[in-house]
Amino acid sequence: MNIPVKKIYRALFLIGCFLASNVNANVAATKSVPAAAVPATTAAVVVDGGEARKNTSTADHSKFKELKKNFKSGPEVTKACLTCHTEAAKQVHNTKHWTWEFLNPATQQKLGKKNIVNNFCTSVTSNQTFCSACHVGYGWSDDSFDFTSENNVDCVVCHDTTGKYKKIPSLSGHPNYDVMEWPPHSGKFREPTDLKTIAQKVGKTSRASCGACHFYGGGGDAVKHGDLDSSLKQPQKYLDVHMDAKGLDFSCGKCHLSDSHEVTGSRYAPTAVDDNGALIRGNKEGRNPTTCVACHGNAPHPPGMDAVEKLNSHTDKIACQTCHIPAYARGKKATKMTWDWSTAGKLDEKGQRIRTRGSDGNVIYDSKKGDFTYERYVIPEYVWFNGEVKFTLFGDKVDTSEVVKINDFQGSAGDPDSRIWPVKTFRGKQPYDVGNETLAVFHTAGEDEAAFWGNYDWDKAMEWGMKATGVEYSGEMTFVETEMSWPITHMVAPKEDALECHQCHKENGRLQNIGGVYMPGTNNTPIIDFLGFAAALMALIGVLIHGGIRYYMSKRG
Amino acid sequence: MKRIYIFKRFERFWHWSQAALIITMLVTGFEVHGSYDLLGFKTAVTTHTTAAWTLVWLWIFAIFWHFTTGEWKQYIPTTDKVKAMVLYYLTGIFTNAPHPFKQTRLSKHNPLQKLAYLFVLAVINPLIWITGWFYLFYNDWAAWGIDFLNLEYVAFFHVIAAFMMLIFLIVHIYLATAGHTPTAHIKAMITGWEETED
Repeated sequence: MNIPVKKIYRALFLIGCFLASNVNANVAATKSVPAAAVPATTAAVVVDGGEARKNTSTADHSKFKELKKNFKSGPEVTKACLTCHTEAAKQVHNTKHWTWEFLNPATQQKLGKKNIVNNFCTSVTSNQTFCSACHVGYGWSDDSFDFTSENNVDCVVCHDTTGKYKKIPSLSGHPNYDVMEWPPHSGKFREPTDLKTIAQKVGKTSRASCGACHFYGGGGDAVKHGDLDSSLKQPQKYLDVHMDAKGLDFSCGKCHLSDSHEVTGSRYAPTAVDDNGALIRGNKEGRNPTTCVACHGNAPHPPGMDAVEKLNSHTDKIACQTCHIPAYARGKKATKMTWDWSTAGKLDEKGQRIRTRGSDGNVIYDSKKGDFTYERYVIPEYVWFNGEVKFTLFGDKVDTSEVVKINDFQGSAGDPDSRIWPVKTFRGKQPYDVGNETLAVFHTAGEDEAAFWGNYDWDKAMEWGMKATGVEYSGEMTFVETEMSWPITHMVAPKEDALECHQCHKENGRLQNIGGVYMPGTNNTPIIDFLGFAAALMALIGVLIHGGIRYYMSKRG
Repeated sequence: MKRIYIFKRFERFWHWSQAALIITMLVTGFEVHGSYDLLGFKTAVTTHTTAAWTLVWLWIFAIFWHFTTGEWKQYIPTTDKVKAMVLYYLTGIFTNAPHPFKQTRLSKHNPLQKLAYLFVLAVINPLIWITGWFYLFYNDWAAWGIDFLNLEYVAFFHVIAAFMMLIFLIVHIYLATAGHTPTAHIKAMITGWEETED
């Protein structure tokens, strides 16, 4: 056998990683305590202008007379933007960011935030005043919102560079224009938003501006996706090789190429496979530019690399992300893994809301929401995926005897258009309307007598929520187990940290549950090993006996 | 005692390099199969593949050599003295009975050897090479229009052949000690010169 020099290096490396990760964990622990002191539900949308990106714009907005005034509201700012950018609002009107609707062309399912029920806060309907803090508009509080209004488009939330712009949940997509206590009952007060300065400093979108909403999905930092959190504002290389602030420093838009305010790369109809090689500019095939293949092509591993052909040929079965994102939630934050609504509503002896924190500082019980669990450095689950996702939508009859898949990733080993993808699967228990046999829509947030957050009355919250969808609550509710998955595609590790062959090619390796494909190294026919080695052993014993007799006879002469 | 030059230089080179490659491929192959963890999966795969391609080259030369020298005739089987050989290994070898087969330059393998090598050539090798070839080009199956094949079965027969090769190797190594002295055959395979009784 070789002198295991490589193994020694590997061991040293692992020890180093272990020490480094402990240091990280300690830093994260000390930092996350004060951060977690802000309740997750009040994580307002704030653009953190942490990026010192060189401004290459040919226009200095602070010199525009249209912007040299004291704006009283967001829509006033938009009106000023539209005097020059005459078509911008119309463009935004056509996007998912505005409509919160998406018609999946493959399944004809009507998706989008407006329509789907998830297993976090579950649904936007009846809760718009709160949820629209992440809408690129102003004033969406109920169904009467005017989706044709140009002035109601919020330009600033995506184009702010100051980090001072903050849309407050409960203000229907507006920032605060007056002094306001925030978070509620915190004793902290926010100054009125300085719209003039913010408007004069608008610029391109950035990791911070996109992240103002997308890092906080599910109600808090890192909560929903696991591969998107605030550590990506200024990430180090280990966290994301492309967004590395001191390296390639990609903005989101570098991959999510946009035209006419339409941002590419959708989770509703993802591109699971693209065999057409790198996407040359000018290409008119309408391919999705937000894929690894679009830049790296289908033979991404460079010549001369160890086992390069074998690695490149793996692209016919495996998505790039499977090897190159060895774990998610690798930043400073833990991601939420489970949410059990069925325990929500417990109050202390004084009838007050209870909130309990776990050892890592994250809230693990909240009367408003129920029980949670969190994890960091999470190993993804893996599925065959061909890009088609089937949703269980509001009104769809569900079988409550088994776990309800809110979305179901289609694909199989035999399908040439399927690849093995890493996913985050989020599991929970959530309200279900027994009479209507559907996942429930219920009213969570609001200053009224029905909102669950404050009244803790399921029937009222259900009645109000279901009514907002046009369905009468049956009067009987229970909780069903659900799961929902997201493809893991951010937090791409440097190549040194990509998975090693043996992490899948061994017994009980990472892909042990994937099925449908023979994987060398997994020893999935142990009977052959047994019979084969038994036969070899018998041959060995046979020749040893034969040799023994020969030896004995020769000694005897 | 008589010394005869049995194994020519290329033949000896072929034998020992092939032996090294086969042992390497057995060790790495069973690791790729998942029987144990020794070199690490990746190293096992790359070593196994490199050894396979090396063996392909070696065989191209060996086949050329066998045909140009006519040595291929050494593998033509015979039933003559097979029974005598079996009896010899079962009894005579223990009592120093004379070897029933007389080695010459034109006939260097005893009848049992011929059968064994023919079995390797006609059964084990085709099985191992055909399955190995398909295994190696797994990713091209679709392009070749043979994606009805199943890697699990290909791997299954490849492993079966590997076990047959392992058993052959064990017996072969042992019988290499069955010359008139335990090291006589081995020396011959190194120097080319075999010592035989007159």
